[in-house]
Amino acid sequence: MTEPVVRVSQLRKSFGDNEVLKGIDLDVTRGEVVVIFGRSGSGKSTLLRCINFLEEPTSGSVEVGGIRLEPGTRTHRQREAIRSVRIKAGMVFQDFNLFPHLTVLQNVVEAPVTVKGQDRAHAVEVAEELLAQVGLADKRDEHPIRLSGGQKQRVAIARALAMEPEVMMFDEPTSALDPELISEVLSVMRSLATETKMTMMVVTHEMGFAREVATTMAFVHEGNIVEKGSPASVIANPQHAQTKRFLEAVL
Amino acid sequence: MRERLELWSAGIPFKVKLGMVWGVIALIVVFLFSLADFDVQWMLDHLWFITQGLPWTIIICGLAIILAVTLALFGALGRLSSSAIAQGVTGFYTSFFRGTPLIVQMFLIFLALPQLAPPNLPGLRDSLTLTALQAGVIALGLNYGAYMTEIFRAGIQSVGHGQVEAAEALGMTYRQRMRRIVLPQAIRVIIPPTGNEFIAMLKDSALISLLGSVVAQMEIFRRSQLVGRADFRPLEAFVVAAGLYWILTTIFQIFQTRLERRLSKGYVRTTIRVTTQPGVEMVESEPA
Repeated sequence: MTEPVVRVSQLRKSFGDNEVLKGIDLDVTRGEVVVIFGRSGSGKSTLLRCINFLEEPTSGSVEVGGIRLEPGTRTHRQREAIRSVRIKAGMVFQDFNLFPHLTVLQNVVEAPVTVKGQDRAHAVEVAEELLAQVGLADKRDEHPIRLSGGQKQRVAIARALAMEPEVMMFDEPTSALDPELISEVLSVMRSLATETKMTMMVVTHEMGFAREVATTMAFVHEGNIVEKGSPASVIANPQHAQTKRFLEAVL
Repeated sequence: MRERLELWSAGIPFKVKLGMVWGVIALIVVFLFSLADFDVQWMLDHLWFITQGLPWTIIICGLAIILAVTLALFGALGRLSSSAIAQGVTGFYTSFFRGTPLIVQMFLIFLALPQLAPPNLPGLRDSLTLTALQAGVIALGLNYGAYMTEIFRAGIQSVGHGQVEAAEALGMTYRQRMRRIVLPQAIRVIIPPTGNEFIAMLKDSALISLLGSVVAQMEIFRRSQLVGRADFRPLEAFVVAAGLYWILTTIFQIFQTRLERRLSKGYVRTTIRVTTQPGVEMVESEPA
């Protein structure tokens, strides 16, 4: 058994009186593709956002690439630990959040140069490779406003990959897309999983993608992971009544 | 009759009508001045003397706006900070300088500041004794910086939270996030009202004349006061001053409009770049 890349232990998160996560435990090992699914409001996005501390958990801990984070006062040391986790865990957002004042290439080059202090020429070289990988080499000098939603999301994936993360987290990456643009994003994610063997955590409703690409599926219901297993077993033979009901609704 | 007038009016382009209105207003103004026994020759004779104040007005406002922008930037970051010290200091700063008259601030800095030095330290007192120009620049900068703090704060807040999160998720520090992601986007929102503040400042710089200043450093208004009083021609002198301020603000208004247009790059999709590929001919067509 290899050490997990991501380890979530007894993670709880409340917004006011509303407890969204009720003690989540989850290990993600290298090369694993975990699809996290569940009804909206079940806490799946919050789970991802707690892992890189975009939301500070109420209690519990997360560990990414050997760096452990617990909620507490943001001292300098704590802030630096959070930053190291964020560098190790790339994130792709539902609404892309590309930087509109930068070109596509600059979007991808920005963090490696600014955060990691990479040599710009080297970062540009890597960025061009990544843009080719997501099929957007010819868009390098465009501003994001001139791209379609699918293209924007692929740039966002390249931007996260440029930091050479140990795990990629996708927060509903296709939910803001027009239906005909979904497949181009999913196919980039698919090749990332199968060819690059990237460790991935994907919050999505795309059950076709899950069945095909996921190594593990985790069903989140009311702040708990109530069912977890291989796609074959979870989709074909769900054990929990809520999982069954959800799958009947989306399949 | 009314029908014919309306039809006749509709046949004239709007811009021509606008020009005619301006022309009529100008004629009325000239007529009124001719009633007031206006000495045009005197104005022409003293035009050069007053115009020599122009560089000083520009230097005063140039320095003051640099100070104001710097203060506004740190003021806004302080107002948005979670640190009690930063919030307290910037809150006090904006409250005081927005809550008291500019002219009072000028006199406080000009007259009261030297008195803060203890009597046994004459050196300190000397360095706190400012010229009218120095005091004026500092007061203008502090005062406008306080107002512009709110402009900068609104600009920074106009950058979507998703942008901040994306930058955070990439591991950027607060400083990196601000410098590389937030401020470059906020600038677009900040520039137009800052331009307005600068134009307002050009006019408020006339207040410095009330502090008095050495002959060599007099700005427009001080010069017009001086010659106007000496020759008992205050009206003519102030008309020249008003004209110079008006020309100055109009020029900066034009600059500002251009700058705003340049800053919109990356945000408007209206300009379709025509890319010519081999074998493919593309024609730009006017929308019908």
